[in-house]
Amino acid sequence: MTLRLPAFELLTPQTLEAAVAMLADPAATIIGGGTDLLPKMKRRQVTPPTVVSLRGITEMSGIHTDDEGRCVIGASTVLEQIAISTVVPPVLAAAARQVASPQIRNTATIGGNLCLDTRCNYIDMPELWRQASGHCLKDGGEVCWIAPKGNRCWAISSSDLVPVAIALDCSVRLASRDGDRVIPIEDLYQNDGIAHQTMSGDEILVELLVPRCDVRATYRKLRRRDSIDFPLVGVAAAARFDQTKTCTSARIIIGAVASAPLRATDAERLIVGRKLTEDVIEEAAQLAARPVRTQDNTDMGSRYRKWMTSVYVSRALRDLVVEDA
Amino acid sequence: MSAERTVVGRRLPRVDAMLQTTGQLLYADDLNPPGTLVGRQLRSPHAHALIHRIDTARAAALPGVKAVITGSDLPITFGILPVSQDEHALALNKVRHIGEPVAAVAATDAETAQRALALIDVHYELLPEIVTLEQALADDQPLIHGDGTGQNIDRTAALEFGDVDEGFAAADHTREDVYLFGGNTHAALETHAALATYGADGKLTLWSSTQVPHYVHRTLAKVLELPAARIRVIATPSGGGFGGKTDPFSHELVAAKLAMLTGSPVKINLSREEVFYAHRGRHPVLMWVKTGFENDGRITAMHFKSFLDGGGFGSYGAASLYYTGAMQTSTYRIPNYRFEGLRVFTNKPACGPKRGHGTPQPRFAIESQLDQAAADLGLDPVTIRLRNLIEPFSMTVNHLRITSCGLRECIDEVVKASDFTSKHGRLPAGKGIGLALGSYLSGAGLPIYFNKMPQSEVQLKVDRGGGVTVYSMAADIGQGSTTMLATVVAECLGLEPGDLTMVTADTDLTPVDLGSYSSRVTFMAGNAAVEAATKLRTRIVQAVADKLETVPEDLVAAAGRISIAGDPNSGVSWAEAVVLATAASGPLVESGSYTAPKLAGPYKGSGVGISPAYSFSACVVEVDCDAETGIVKVDDVWLAHDIGTAINPLLSEGQVEGGVYMGLGEALFEEHSFRGALHRGPSLLDYKMPTTLEMPRVHTFLIESEDPEGPFGAKEVGQGPLLPVIPAVANAIRDALGVRIDETPITPDKIVAALRAAGRREPARVGPTTVPKFKFPDLIRVAPPEGFTTS
Repeated sequence: MTLRLPAFELLTPQTLEAAVAMLADPAATIIGGGTDLLPKMKRRQVTPPTVVSLRGITEMSGIHTDDEGRCVIGASTVLEQIAISTVVPPVLAAAARQVASPQIRNTATIGGNLCLDTRCNYIDMPELWRQASGHCLKDGGEVCWIAPKGNRCWAISSSDLVPVAIALDCSVRLASRDGDRVIPIEDLYQNDGIAHQTMSGDEILVELLVPRCDVRATYRKLRRRDSIDFPLVGVAAAARFDQTKTCTSARIIIGAVASAPLRATDAERLIVGRKLTEDVIEEAAQLAARPVRTQDNTDMGSRYRKWMTSVYVSRALRDLVVEDA
Repeated sequence: MSAERTVVGRRLPRVDAMLQTTGQLLYADDLNPPGTLVGRQLRSPHAHALIHRIDTARAAALPGVKAVITGSDLPITFGILPVSQDEHALALNKVRHIGEPVAAVAATDAETAQRALALIDVHYELLPEIVTLEQALADDQPLIHGDGTGQNIDRTAALEFGDVDEGFAAADHTREDVYLFGGNTHAALETHAALATYGADGKLTLWSSTQVPHYVHRTLAKVLELPAARIRVIATPSGGGFGGKTDPFSHELVAAKLAMLTGSPVKINLSREEVFYAHRGRHPVLMWVKTGFENDGRITAMHFKSFLDGGGFGSYGAASLYYTGAMQTSTYRIPNYRFEGLRVFTNKPACGPKRGHGTPQPRFAIESQLDQAAADLGLDPVTIRLRNLIEPFSMTVNHLRITSCGLRECIDEVVKASDFTSKHGRLPAGKGIGLALGSYLSGAGLPIYFNKMPQSEVQLKVDRGGGVTVYSMAADIGQGSTTMLATVVAECLGLEPGDLTMVTADTDLTPVDLGSYSSRVTFMAGNAAVEAATKLRTRIVQAVADKLETVPEDLVAAAGRISIAGDPNSGVSWAEAVVLATAASGPLVESGSYTAPKLAGPYKGSGVGISPAYSFSACVVEVDCDAETGIVKVDDVWLAHDIGTAINPLLSEGQVEGGVYMGLGEALFEEHSFRGALHRGPSLLDYKMPTTLEMPRVHTFLIESEDPEGPFGAKEVGQGPLLPVIPAVANAIRDALGVRIDETPITPDKIVAALRAAGRREPARVGPTTVPKFKFPDLIRVAPPEGFTTS
């Protein structure tokens, strides 16, 4: 084992109350399954002196249906459990099955996936590499090497589950010493590679609340290999149709093309009130891709990923088409 | 003696299979003698810089640090080839690529070692970075090796066999095409590791995950200035090599030096990132090919230019350069042939040998061009290849001696099994099928450093209970060389491979084998083992014949007995025979050796490409392409390989499947690519190797042409099967989508770009279009071998 973790203090609270108390320390960081955090620590991207493990808090793990018919998924639930669940909406299980590899899905938690740090191939690199490249903006440097003239970080939101959760209009419960709050998951993210989440450092994402699923929904992920890889583009779409197959509501969320999941509102507006014909799908796909500004900061170039955005929006929308009986 | 084989040709598991699968086999990083110190290297963050000063005082003062060394502690240069002694164990005065080792520490634990590295102050003066072929050929850039400015040329080659201009004049059709083979790396599962001890007896021992203990031994003696007799090198069981552990490496020398300074064992285990910087992988090669054809598809002449980006050091580069020009003639009869090649230095990790060493790149070019020429001439891909096929037992225009050759049978097998002819050009949209051929050496004809000694030696010793120990320096890097040796010795002696004790890859205990490279071990160590075992059998059979009052010709060694032919229960057991022979003629110790015949042609550079025998392969690949995303799914691969004789078909098929896997990775996924001088992603997340999910069905056919000089007729299988896979993929994609991607890897973005270009009525192609204007040296003109007709 050549890459070693830096020294840190590990805290293992057994209750949520204890955990939020520990997180009042600004030097403390949460660890779920550790599949995102530990490699970053080994590469010295982050060196938190205190790490708070949520594993001992039993109430944060598991899936149940609440009184309102919502599916409640504890943040410590591992992805494999969601992947095989018959309780969660099938689209969420399908998306979970497409995350990383079997080994990682058995360790990684949904809380970790929803809080996945933004990624970029200028930062998710070993220490010597980052020294050689000149540390980037997200890495404590002065410049984002992807867009050196700008003043923001372009690291990518790469979660497979976030686009699906937004498409399904899910909410998240956040806990801190000041109490709980429930917010739409869409409001948890903002398009900045560094400050990509709106929750504050002393909050814990406790659970994902999935509303009763009465929509047709899909998730389409493009990657080069059928395992391990993060999405090059991921499209979640959810829609309702009336009896004439006319779309009555729609959400189209594009993942992995910006620092936050991108909602294709123009395309959503286009399809509502229409039937999903090939022409409508094609037009919606073009509209959806138009504002996308992919960068050369993951596998494959920016041009290809922009092209693929419209291809994948089309594919997702085609998944929603109600077939004739 | 009976010629019937009892062991050779059986599907037996490896002799070390149980040790491997139960975790009992100890790899280099498993070795932890008491008091082992952790060695770590400080690496350069700069691609090209002078080192003005290195201050190690703060690091040396850190508690727990036992030694700190820099380039001046190991000032003697080394390199695998005698003509390229251009490396230092730790950079001296200058760094040439990001990740080059600059200093090293030995400490009581990894944390301390890591902290110590951070306390070493290196004062660099940055120099311009030279990273592209064009920059390397500019004459106003600083020299990467040497002082001043000028072109950063490592080496050139310019050869002509026959009369190429005349050949082109006789052609009905000529094509000129440009191809780029992207660089890639071995990515063996096991990262490099070495452990060194220096005893109170003044003896240095190095355990290392190396393919070449003999060359490491020589390098340690040179750089450490120790007599070779005081150095012992042990190649540990290997988690894969593929050519990536065929150079002597900095970390081996540094571990040894630190052990000498501290008196404690020192271990250095490279991280995955460090392995990417150590590299020695596939050269990126830009290629220009002009070929003349008659209307019936027959080749009249070929002119091939290759431009190799070698990275910061020579490594095997001089050989790699010639290999990009040597083997074009080994599958097709090319009557007139010109080769011009150039290798430049750049500020990137050094390239070297990877499975197929220098030959997959030109193979990609010529097999792609043949398909294009076939289309021009209205021929199918099978016909154009058969029209030009090399004949068994023939000479090539560049003086390669072809012996056994089952290439025609290989083609027949894959074409038939894949139903190629009825599928090619006729599959539904998005599906395609492609064919390509290849050929490889069964061992380089010459050793790396000039000498007249045998290239491989094997010793056998029999104890009085009948136990046979086989001694060979051949390093088993996963290819199964130890099992091969056990099999051929067991076959000769009438024993089972598992009966033998194998002592391998230890410079103190075993006689020299040059190493596991150039697919040489089965042919060379195998022949040496057959010779030793035959001598031993002769003595034992003679003693039994005397006892039974018969003649040796009437006896067979089989099933653990020396018995009268046709009567398996007669005679004596092996153990009894051993007692008889020892009593009759003394200690049962025998040796055998192999030296390749003199094969080199009458020209400079003729040492590259010659081999006592060549393997041949034919491959058909069927793909299913997504025309919107450019994602290529390989459904089936049919690969027929002329192996001469399969000493162990199970292991041979494993080598074919491994070659197919690696070839598919190179064709579609893997790229050792750079952003300037910075590697784009020195990790297994970013360096995209195919997973099990990308692996297609592989249909393997072993063709047995029984080479007259191979052990039991055997030839190589470790490298050759990779070669045709890559162009077969490219040709299949052309068949599926109508686009030509003339550069590897054939990634989805290139396919989509080519399809979009076609939509704009531009050429449906992605790839380079020009090569640098470079004046090669005057051609060395070589007459073809006697009797070779050039028309």
